[in-house]
Amino acid sequence: MTDALKDMDEFRIGSYAPEPLIFEQSGEGKAGVYVPDSDVPPVAPTEAIPAALLRRKEDALPFPEVGEFEVVRHFTRLGSRLFGVDANFYPLGSCTMKYNPKINELAAAMPGFAGLHPYQPVEQTQGILELLYHLRVFLAEIAGLAEVTLQPAAGAHGEMTGLMLIDAYHRSRGEDRPDVLAPSTAHGTNPASCAMCGRGLVTISVRDDGLLDLDHLRANVNERTSALMLTNPNTAGLFDPQMKQIADVLHSKGAQLYMDGANMNAMLGIARPGQFGVDVMHYNTHKTFSTPHGGGGPGSGPVAVAEHLRPFLPVPQVVCLEDGTYAWSDERPKTIGKVRSFYGQIGVLVRAYTYIRGLGPDGLRDLSEKAVLAANYLAARLAKHYHLPYKGPFAHEFILVPQFSEQGVTELDVAKRLLDYGFHPPTMSWPIMHCLMIEPTESESLATLDFFAEAMIRIAGEAAETPHLLHQAPHTTPVRRVDVVNADRKPNHRWRPEGESA
Amino acid sequence: MRYTQLTDNDLKTILNTIGVRSIDDLFAVIPADQRLKGKLGLPAGLSEMELLAELDRLAAANQACDRQVCFLGAGAYDHYIPTAVDALAGQSSFVTAYTPYQAEASQGSLQAFYEFQTFICQLTGMDVANASLYEGATATAEAVIMARNINRRDKVVVSAGINPDYLRVLRTYFSCLSLELVTCPLRGGLTDMEALSGLADDRTSSVVVQSPNFFGCVEELQKAADLAHRAGGLSIGVFDPIACAILKPPGALGADIAVGEGQPLGIPMSLGGPYLGLLAARQQHLRKMPGRMIGMTSDAAGKPAYTLTLQTREQHIRREKATSNVCTNQGLVALRATVYMALMGRSGLTKVASLCLEKAHYAARQIASLDGYSLRFGAPFFREFVVRTDRDVDSVLEHCRTRSILAGVPLGQWFDDMKDCFLVAVTEKRSKEQIDALADALSRAAR
Ligand SMILES: Cc1ncc(COP(=O)(O)O)c(C=O)c1O
Repeated sequence: MTDALKDMDEFRIGSYAPEPLIFEQSGEGKAGVYVPDSDVPPVAPTEAIPAALLRRKEDALPFPEVGEFEVVRHFTRLGSRLFGVDANFYPLGSCTMKYNPKINELAAAMPGFAGLHPYQPVEQTQGILELLYHLRVFLAEIAGLAEVTLQPAAGAHGEMTGLMLIDAYHRSRGEDRPDVLAPSTAHGTNPASCAMCGRGLVTISVRDDGLLDLDHLRANVNERTSALMLTNPNTAGLFDPQMKQIADVLHSKGAQLYMDGANMNAMLGIARPGQFGVDVMHYNTHKTFSTPHGGGGPGSGPVAVAEHLRPFLPVPQVVCLEDGTYAWSDERPKTIGKVRSFYGQIGVLVRAYTYIRGLGPDGLRDLSEKAVLAANYLAARLAKHYHLPYKGPFAHEFILVPQFSEQGVTELDVAKRLLDYGFHPPTMSWPIMHCLMIEPTESESLATLDFFAEAMIRIAGEAAETPHLLHQAPHTTPVRRVDVVNADRKPNHRWRPEGESA
Repeated sequence: MRYTQLTDNDLKTILNTIGVRSIDDLFAVIPADQRLKGKLGLPAGLSEMELLAELDRLAAANQACDRQVCFLGAGAYDHYIPTAVDALAGQSSFVTAYTPYQAEASQGSLQAFYEFQTFICQLTGMDVANASLYEGATATAEAVIMARNINRRDKVVVSAGINPDYLRVLRTYFSCLSLELVTCPLRGGLTDMEALSGLADDRTSSVVVQSPNFFGCVEELQKAADLAHRAGGLSIGVFDPIACAILKPPGALGADIAVGEGQPLGIPMSLGGPYLGLLAARQQHLRKMPGRMIGMTSDAAGKPAYTLTLQTREQHIRREKATSNVCTNQGLVALRATVYMALMGRSGLTKVASLCLEKAHYAARQIASLDGYSLRFGAPFFREFVVRTDRDVDSVLEHCRTRSILAGVPLGQWFDDMKDCFLVAVTEKRSKEQIDALADALSRAAR
């Protein structure tokens, strides 16, 4: 930055200026909303509720008071300090940052969907029930499995639900199986979901070629094993050709195969988990079915199960009755119960339905093919410039490892430098150390893929010749590299007015 | 094809560069017998025009609450949503961003979530809040598990005044954990403190009390907290964010952890989701919190900046030792709530809460004065109350629906001793005229 710019910056001019917190913009008497006056006889709170249970003047709600336009400007400015898929290529591995069609948003916001109370009688909600019923049937068909519950709120919640279903199944057969297996490269939610279900974790090794070590699996499956949790294509971006053998090893010992379906974008209409011998899987609609990530959610994690697990699914289930009407059914004597209040992330599910209904079987297959093509294309273009620890062909994503240790350049530096080129960085440092995991999705044009490849190649050159450019990156974002260590050392998770102590 | 930009010509370039002859070569690793022969059995795709017509048909087959008069509550409420909420939370960068792992590219969402955490602290009177959980029931389960992780005790006492849907979710969550769930009965619509005093013992990890409770009654949270503390356990308060504007918040009534459903804060009812799980706690429990937490720090140039913090609590670092398995949370919903709270401000939200209270009390008086109707409980209430009737509940509600009034939620579906009861919620959106129409409809319902 030039001195002149620095000067301006101090006056909070220009896009680099920090945006004050909403609390710092408060002024007594401003209002963002004018709430109408009461039209019923007044009731003082103290008449209705014991004084000890009411806020007093001293502890009145300490919210700020800000005008509507100030609120609008504040959140519009915040919106401009943020990368989103609409403006930036976002090749974030394992996250499937595809285009989120605009019609999805319109659908979810229709008053006929968004304006429904969960306890309206079903005669008033036949349209949404029809939609949800068809969505669950679609998702079962895509998985090649028997039935789907739409209740789970996200992928991790689906994992937990799936493990509970498996546990209920084992217990119904008089078995107590306390251990869950997962490969060392599993997504963190897999082992964490085991813990949420009180299961122990046994880690299975992964071979040098990135695939599950079948021998190690065989040695570790026994009568204590509840299930193996496995992502396919796996977290290295490889289809595991051993799926059927893996399923057989598990089933021969009475254990179940749980498939983490986060990577379903690689195989819609091409292969179905049911054909691999999978017993349970979850979807992430916020990956595969274009429901937007929203800066961290909401997602939804429908769970598909094979026939023998149907009796345990959560209630209520949306059903189609003989007379062709739709209803919520609680009739499932062996159900695990409910995993959330009401029925699920309905607004998210409306978007997923809209997407699947728009694309149909041909469109779904086409997108998976293109997602896989795009990933293999980028891998081919970058193979000469970066180390690729695994051999292709890849599924919808691949891993590369920047190797510039001589210059002291890490994967973090490469990631931050990508920001200067206007790209959101790939997933970092997982599932193997020092890697970048690149998932372009089907949405991007060849020109964008090429531009990204060229940026990566240039960055490899910069790493060798001008490594300081990378160490100091990013240079063009609203803030420079953020001090994460200090954020943990001196926790500051909320604003407080001056003079108020924690 | 839809939503992809790669042309046939591009595909040739791509295949050449990869060095394969056809797309099928890329899928050859999947054994042939495990590949799908033929097509998925789904309806053929639709153009946008056709799709919109189909969505319109489905939406029109529902009767939305805005075409009727809604007195339904029981965990989801028909509050007013200012127009700026949709406009601001609908900005495409917020909608299409991922979790803010890359702080420099995510200052907008990070700052908004930092503000969200602050708002939730102010609302609850607690020290720290996380950046959201799925919804109220799972947030409550997370709070109980958090308490267990803090004090390593294995029993939780839950007031029977809690939302029955939440209770069901708690039972599911704890069925696989060695956590014993005991419910504490009510007396006169409120948690029976004498019973609680017997139930809260030296094995008790936490005591969970919702206030206002499921029946609308305002609980004496401080008494429950004292009993929990006397037993060496923690107090978990389940709060309503609108009520917190005028009621003493859980933080001022001894709660160690406060959880709630954020739906009333500008979130559409949307048949029950997506909603917003809120969780806040005392400072000393910071490192036991589930979910994401945004912190303020600085950048390399010394400017204020925001980032994810304490990630060593989370699943992607800590795996099976994480405080929770939550990864994707309710980011965009939390943003909506943040915009809502910013717009409402102190006086706006306080006025909304007062209106709810006044209108609910007016409605209760009108209904209680009708022949054949009475209030089931005499306890203080905020926005919601239980009506008992000597008429058939289902036909009463049905009769009201013929007048486009959703009069309440029948309670017999959860409680055998409340087959003659329904729950009525009155928000600031209900006018005197609508409340009078409700009373009139009730009075004319067949005996
Ligand atoms: C492989 C894998 N499994 C599970 C998850 C968890 O899903 P969610 O974030 O929806 O809980 C993710 C995504 O974050 C993932 O990439």
